[in-house]
Amino acid sequence: MSAPTASAPAASAPTDPAPAGRRREGRVRRPVLYVLASLGLLVMATPFLWMALSAFKTRQDLTASPPVWIPSRWTLDSFSALLDQLDMPRYFVNSLVVAVMVTVCNLLFCSMLGYALAKLDFAGRSKVFATVLAALMVPGNLLILPLYVLMSGLNLIDTYAGLVLPFAASAFGVFLMRQFMQTVPDELLEAARIDGAGEWYIFWRIVLPLVKPALATLAIFTFLGSWNNFVWPLVATNDPGKYTLPVALATFANDPNRTVAGGNGMLMAGSLLVVLPVLAVFALLQRHFTQGIATAGLK
Amino acid sequence: MPLVTGSAADDATVTKTRRSGGAQPPAAGSRRHGRRRSLGRHTLHGWLFSTPFLVLFGVFMLFPIVATLWMSFTDFGVRDVRQPLEAQFVGLDNYTRLFGDDTFRTALFNTAYFVVVGVPLTIVLGLLVALMLNNGIDRARTFFRVGFYAPVVTSIVAVAVVWRFVLDPSDGLIAGLATELGTKAPDFLGSGTWAMPSLILLAVWRNLGTVMVLFIAGLQAIPTEVREAARLDGAGGWQELRRITVPLLRPTMLYATVITTIGYLNVFEEPFVMTQGGPGDATLTVSLNMYREGFNFFHMGYASAMAYVLFVVIMGITVLQLRLLKDNTR
Repeated sequence: MSAPTASAPAASAPTDPAPAGRRREGRVRRPVLYVLASLGLLVMATPFLWMALSAFKTRQDLTASPPVWIPSRWTLDSFSALLDQLDMPRYFVNSLVVAVMVTVCNLLFCSMLGYALAKLDFAGRSKVFATVLAALMVPGNLLILPLYVLMSGLNLIDTYAGLVLPFAASAFGVFLMRQFMQTVPDELLEAARIDGAGEWYIFWRIVLPLVKPALATLAIFTFLGSWNNFVWPLVATNDPGKYTLPVALATFANDPNRTVAGGNGMLMAGSLLVVLPVLAVFALLQRHFTQGIATAGLK
Repeated sequence: MPLVTGSAADDATVTKTRRSGGAQPPAAGSRRHGRRRSLGRHTLHGWLFSTPFLVLFGVFMLFPIVATLWMSFTDFGVRDVRQPLEAQFVGLDNYTRLFGDDTFRTALFNTAYFVVVGVPLTIVLGLLVALMLNNGIDRARTFFRVGFYAPVVTSIVAVAVVWRFVLDPSDGLIAGLATELGTKAPDFLGSGTWAMPSLILLAVWRNLGTVMVLFIAGLQAIPTEVREAARLDGAGGWQELRRITVPLLRPTMLYATVITTIGYLNVFEEPFVMTQGGPGDATLTVSLNMYREGFNFFHMGYASAMAYVLFVVIMGITVLQLRLLKDNTR
């Protein structure tokens, strides 16, 4: 416990060369830290490694005891068996279409309200902001039952619209955009107004380009949230042709008729297909994640 | 400063000053060199820009909140899905039934277990990892951070399926390793004792990254001078952690605790995929119970009452945590 803080200042300013005394201390303690962190990371990564390797194992390897880490023979059997039983491309497209639609809606609607809350002085603004903060606190499970009734009434069960609309404008997104848009200088907007620019023009042509990093953050979070979303798609789809990836995977995993032999290989292949695109996007764009969380959490 | 709530309070004060500014005669608006602007200069556009969100909010959030409350006072069943207004009003029947319902009580207990064990574990481990990565690891720091955060971005369903296999009593990784060591691993998900800890393990593994990122942001907001000063005054590493770092991290801890608690109170996917609430009802949570009553048995009125009880519990606990943790900073 004392080890981490001991070398604190050197770490918080990594570019500064650490004073000699502290460097000596660091030399003793840092290797320990690296070992600890690496062990922790290994534990975190184990399920992923196990999944990725198991997806390529033969049936014998999958049931071998003691467990086999590296497949004795690499095979795509699990993938082809999975694709025989599940229409994965269709679920992939469903997930993708819903996630893209949700993301586009959020980018537009959240930044619009974020702009109004950050930069437009209007009667009732504090009430609108209070509404956003209240919406931030409402647990989704509270809404599911009447939403199902509502969507049934509107004939939107088993449609993309039914999957998208309840998530088309998130309070989190509004909050994030408002925080970022507050940093846009008022003088810039005033100057544009004096030049005769309309509010929509100012929003679309001046403010949005200035908050592109925030838009990127919001896009990534929204896309992933939708991609991983489970409860509502589970409730709002009855027709297997409209399942999203998580719904299809969970239904398959819980299907009592699923053949047990080799079943785990198929499940690992399926999980890999669900998780891999997301992990790839995350690895490429990871900076936006940590920034986004930090900004939304800490003003 | 408290985080989300803090900025809400900030905003409230800002709006208040603006409002008093607006109370001045309209001529004040032309004195634009001052900080104050007249109220409602952009009222039309303000509302126009707010409309899409507010419409969606009204239809897909406000209406359902009210509708859940109404449904909880009816015997809403499968026939009423097409004719919602036909549902019979039954007063408080659903709620009185709820408090005598052993299954619901079990679900409440299991959810409480999940929260009471899961939240502290997540917070403490997240804090430890954050301290480790922030103080002393500067090479490959991003690599470590990405690694610890990765589970957060993955689908709970997919990772629950993976964990189910890892914990599988016959072909699973842990069972295999145990056999190799000459012991026998418990049937984690098939045992009433081990099933819940296994779900908690998955939740901690998946959510630790969120808490870690929050703490890293919080740690980086602590001015270096404060630590230098403590060090000059002769504070050791442990003292610095206890007297400087942890107290200054209070707002972050508050926020992290609140969001983790809310998330865990709603726990659904983990038991749905890994155990279906079993064995017996050992991992039946309130949300899973509500889903079953509502969508398997179509007792939607009864399920709505559950949803409301959970909502009230969540609000209560959130307010309590905000109070408690805020007071401790004084």
